[in-house]
Amino acid sequence: MKKKVKEAIISVRNLTAKFGEKTILEKIDLDIFPEEITVILGNSGCGKTTFIKNILRLYQPHSGEIKVFGRDVAQIEESEFNQILQKIGMLFQNGALLNSMNVFDNIAIPLEQHTNLPKSIIEKMVNVKLQLVNLENVREMMPAELSGGMKKRAALARSIILDPTILVCDEPSAGLDPITSAALDELILNLRKLLKMTIVVVTHELASIHRIADRIIFLDDGKILFSGNLDDAKKSEIEAVQNFFEVGSF
Amino acid sequence: MRYEDKTLYLEGALTKDTIAFKLEKLLLTEVSKIDLVKISKIDSAGVAFLDELKDRFDNPKIINTSDEIVQSMRIFSPQILPKTEEKIKENMFVKIGGLVVDHLVSVKNAFYLIADVFYWSIFGIFNRKGHRKGSVVQQSILIGMDAVWIVALLSFILGLILALQAAAQLRQFGANIFVADLMALSMVVEMGPFLTAIILAGRSGSAIASEIATMKVTEEIDALKMMAINPIRYIVVPKFHAITICISLLVIISTLVGILGGLVVAVTYLDLSPVAFLTRVFEVVKLRDALIALGKSYFFAWIIVIIGSYYGFSAKGGAEGVGKVTTKAVVASIFWVIIIDAMSSLIFYYNVKLI
Ligand SMILES: Nc1ncnc2c1ncn2[C@@H]1O[C@H](COP(=O)(O)OP(=O)(O)O)[C@@H](O)[C@H]1O
Ligand SMILES: [Mg+2]
Repeated sequence: MKKKVKEAIISVRNLTAKFGEKTILEKIDLDIFPEEITVILGNSGCGKTTFIKNILRLYQPHSGEIKVFGRDVAQIEESEFNQILQKIGMLFQNGALLNSMNVFDNIAIPLEQHTNLPKSIIEKMVNVKLQLVNLENVREMMPAELSGGMKKRAALARSIILDPTILVCDEPSAGLDPITSAALDELILNLRKLLKMTIVVVTHELASIHRIADRIIFLDDGKILFSGNLDDAKKSEIEAVQNFFEVGSF
Repeated sequence: MRYEDKTLYLEGALTKDTIAFKLEKLLLTEVSKIDLVKISKIDSAGVAFLDELKDRFDNPKIINTSDEIVQSMRIFSPQILPKTEEKIKENMFVKIGGLVVDHLVSVKNAFYLIADVFYWSIFGIFNRKGHRKGSVVQQSILIGMDAVWIVALLSFILGLILALQAAAQLRQFGANIFVADLMALSMVVEMGPFLTAIILAGRSGSAIASEIATMKVTEEIDALKMMAINPIRYIVVPKFHAITICISLLVIISTLVGILGGLVVAVTYLDLSPVAFLTRVFEVVKLRDALIALGKSYFFAWIIVIIGSYYGFSAKGGAEGVGKVTTKAVVASIFWVIIIDAMSSLIFYYNVKLI
């Protein structure tokens, strides 16, 4: 296996996450390798969102070590972590566009905050990203005027505006029609190919998994039940994994 | 329904319309078999009925079931759910300890928030990154324009009321002119700042709490953090600046309009001349009073923003979480406005020689 030789871009060791007394994740180990598309699976409420938010320090892990780009994120200064964050794009479950500003301004936020680019350049960059997600004609609309799928695509445009090295998507295709969902997958594959992104996707959709997954992480009951490529997953002896690939649900 | 030899023979439809009646009539103590041969129809209520019978009579055998019934039972029978773990009863001290710890954590968080807000309010001014362009102006308009009419109206009415109440008494002693003293001091020192703060707590405090809470539950706050943007700087600080600007103007308006209300009463009811009234007002009010009043208004404003943000950031869950923290924020900010007001009165007026 050539890929295994590569050094992990995100590595998680012994991660435990809790809400109050309730343990959501228990002693999780995981490596994510550059330029791979890693799919995280698991039934709803099993802690997928909690997992990625712990990795990205949006939640404080209860214990464990997380390294991103080889740096232990608990140890570094805030300014260095902010540098790291700028190389990570995140697509939230419901888009999380700022409701108080229109689509264009939303997508331009990272550019305005972290670069000194002139307005004309910012405008061009935003337009390119909007074209990429097929939303050229909603530039001036407010998030509340968009459908769920459009919000997600706009949010995707925002998350890739700084051309991040890592892209994390929380259920990008949930609630989308199959065609839009397929287009989104196409886009994810292109981002990987063109921009050499490392991509982590939380999804339930079997079709989507077939299209994009290099590696599958199956979460269940706070632990990683299975980790490996699609073929191995299909041949897995583990009942829950088998079930999922036969029926397409949990 | 027939009962024979410990066997219960059910008949007809077993549906949500019939089972209540059947259950009522059922006074048996022992059933070992239930015969369903004459059942014509069964729905989910019927299946629940059979399950109920199973529980009641120590798992009797169900016999003579048609395919249809078997299928219904497969679909509608409750699966055996795992028992929810029984919570270990905490002893009282653990509970109290937990509450104290929770409380200390929230006090700590509140202090971090206060420190962050003040730090970025001062140092953020010199750095154009980290906040939205034009947001202070926008927020000022939102806070100020929204409140100015209601502040003015209520202050005027309050001025009228205060003056009227006093006028009846003062007239008896021929001390008409003292209505000016009363109006000037009460509006400048107490009522102007206080009324403004209460209105701002109700309007802007709740708006701040609900805006931030909504952003929290829709993951917008997380999204900001992921874009390496400090949410306090981006959202709270512009509001902090805006309310600081607005409250001074609003307090001045409230005080002046309140005194104007007093003037109306003085002229119409106490036959004072406007000039005499106003001259008296300016004689009575000292600069010190005005400065103290302005100073404490800033504290009112800051506590309103900070409490609104604190509760906003603490929101959990969905839309109902937003409503909850909004109410809490308004109550808490009014509470703290009164406390700060009391403290400032104690410090500055209890013993005038103190400062
Ligand atoms: N802020 C929170 N406070 C308390 N419990 C939470 C919170 N967020 C999520 N949970 C709980 O953690 C578990 C995992 O949630 P989540 O990670 O959102 O699941 P998923 O994304 O896999 O659907 C759920 O049981 C949920 O109830
Ligand atoms: Mg989730």
